[in-house]
Amino acid sequence: MRWACLLLPHLAMDGVLRGFADPAAPRVLVAGPAQRRVLQAANPAARAQGLKPGQALAEARAVARGFAESECDPRELGQWQRLLAAWAYRYSSQVSLHGGNALLLEVAGSHGLFGPWPRFQARLRAELEELGFRHRIVLAPNPFAARALANAHDGLAVDADGLRAALARLPVQRAGFAAETAAAFARMGLRRLRQVLALPRAGIARRFPPAVLQHLDRLLGGEPALLEWYRPPDRFDARLELGYEVESSQALLFPLRRLTADLAAFLAGRDGGVQRFVLRLEHEGRADTALEVGLLAAERDPALLFEIARSRLERVQVPAAVRALALHADELPAFVPAHRGLFEPRVQQAVPWEQLRERLRARLGEDAVHGLRVHADHRPECAWRGESVAETARPTAPATTAPRPGWLLPGPIPLRGAVAQVLSGPERIETGWWDAADLRRDYYRLRTRLGQDAWAYRPAATGDKRGEGREGGWMLHGWFA
Amino acid sequence: MGAVVAIDALLQERRVWKGRPFAPVPGAQPTGHAALDAALPGGGWPQAALSELLLPCDGIGELRLLWPTLARLSQAGGRIVLVAPPYLPYAPAWQAAGIDLRRLLVAGGAATAPRDALWAAEQCLRSGSCAALLCWPLQADDRALRRLQVAAEAGAALAFATRPLAAARNPSPAALRIAIDAQPAQLRVLKCRGGLAPVRPIPWVVD
Repeated sequence: MRWACLLLPHLAMDGVLRGFADPAAPRVLVAGPAQRRVLQAANPAARAQGLKPGQALAEARAVARGFAESECDPRELGQWQRLLAAWAYRYSSQVSLHGGNALLLEVAGSHGLFGPWPRFQARLRAELEELGFRHRIVLAPNPFAARALANAHDGLAVDADGLRAALARLPVQRAGFAAETAAAFARMGLRRLRQVLALPRAGIARRFPPAVLQHLDRLLGGEPALLEWYRPPDRFDARLELGYEVESSQALLFPLRRLTADLAAFLAGRDGGVQRFVLRLEHEGRADTALEVGLLAAERDPALLFEIARSRLERVQVPAAVRALALHADELPAFVPAHRGLFEPRVQQAVPWEQLRERLRARLGEDAVHGLRVHADHRPECAWRGESVAETARPTAPATTAPRPGWLLPGPIPLRGAVAQVLSGPERIETGWWDAADLRRDYYRLRTRLGQDAWAYRPAATGDKRGEGREGGWMLHGWFA
Repeated sequence: MGAVVAIDALLQERRVWKGRPFAPVPGAQPTGHAALDAALPGGGWPQAALSELLLPCDGIGELRLLWPTLARLSQAGGRIVLVAPPYLPYAPAWQAAGIDLRRLLVAGGAATAPRDALWAAEQCLRSGSCAALLCWPLQADDRALRRLQVAAEAGAALAFATRPLAAARNPSPAALRIAIDAQPAQLRVLKCRGGLAPVRPIPWVVD
């Protein structure tokens, strides 16, 4: 067993910072009641101004100026932890959130897929960097040792032989004991874990609660690790508080990219795709704007998800300033990657047909993109159907043998201009009695003075409920183009 | 003037330019209309390029000009996209013309904003997954048409833009420009890349 501990020392701060395009600007996290606001965390730029956690906000304002404040929300902390666990689930089936701001991964079984530890570790670091979280990574033979060693080290990898020596050097204060235990050890003059390990067990058992010996045993791997494993949920929820009012959809693109990248990382972790998700723009003092983003097939490519969400976002009029952005996905079907031939000739910048349709649907609207089908009905208005593009195999009805125009007007309109010639006709269409949309028309093919080839009708004397034509007037219904 | 010069010698020295029949442009797509094919330099629509159809009004045979090509492409499995057509493409007629409707996609309608329509047309052409694209750009300037032309090259697709006849006065980056006249019914090739436009109009008999 080999355990990696991914310690996230600045989880709350990083989680907030990733909502902003300029994480280098000074920013502090504040919590506490209105009378006594206390700094919970400060980013490096804020620390450079002399701000540090534990300071009262009033004091901080006296010391420095020009720093931004964000509310420290414990619920958000849980959200970041779950996101990272979902991400880590891709690398190991045994992921635990046991150690506070840390992830514990069993990685012995993952080496076959992700290579030897140095390469695997580099990959973890690169992806954490990409997600925007500062981190320390330590590898050890058991999860408790990995967690304790991560308190003092970064990049350390110890095996079973080196474990005792590595633990012996660990300062007692950082070995993960309860605060009063650590204080008691300090009063006894014990600085390093080596000195604690050298104490007789009976003495420790007499002076300290049983948890202390148990912790020592766990660190050395004497006691098996019983951890609660993370299980990826069947839905994705993420929310990004913007901390300021955003009026333009351009300014929403950065947080949107974050959310879709998080969604993609989550999907990669559970090896799934997303078919439909909702983007929610939260406003101050009014109902949220919800944007439904639907896809034809399950997808999980971060660039594609971002592009589709973005084109959807750019099409809406945002009614008010946006305070927060949330993304929910309930439909998470299995993802089947499209397979491609190795030597398939592809045009430069080629986009697969399905992806092209998605793009068109996202920008033009879902109903505006459709196929065509012939419908067996004699009424010209009913002889065709728009077809959802998702369907591929459809039976084709036999077309009528009578000549039909290539263009049909959305509805008949009076034909303006003089008719030069009647080319053919009449063709009587009299049908539709069964659904109260019956019509009775005599269709002609006409040549207009301009040389156009028109399909027009005269309503037959009675019974046409749709023929709004005046007596004797031509109603234009299509063009033989 | 008196000296007799052998014509072979002049040709050898390249002092006399000799007109030759154009070598057919490889990969051109036959239009399905023999008279038009004969007049076009490649014997058909220029491949991977924009062709412009200039009409005085709707309903004078613009679809019947394109249908044979679209039918052939769709039956060979190619995808055809109509971006923002001005009317409803009437399915029975398109099917009767031999077009495989399963290969046809309509993107947007007459109400689609011109900007969106141009965007969609460019996306389709550039994607490389469409065999032919028909669009009706309303406010197409020189720049927009050039984008379509470049996109058609990038995606190796046949692009057709239908525009009002009044646009014929302005130059265009399209590889082929054909004006359709209603009276008399004829086609005028205004520009064709890779050859000289035929002087005579081509009689256009619509059935």
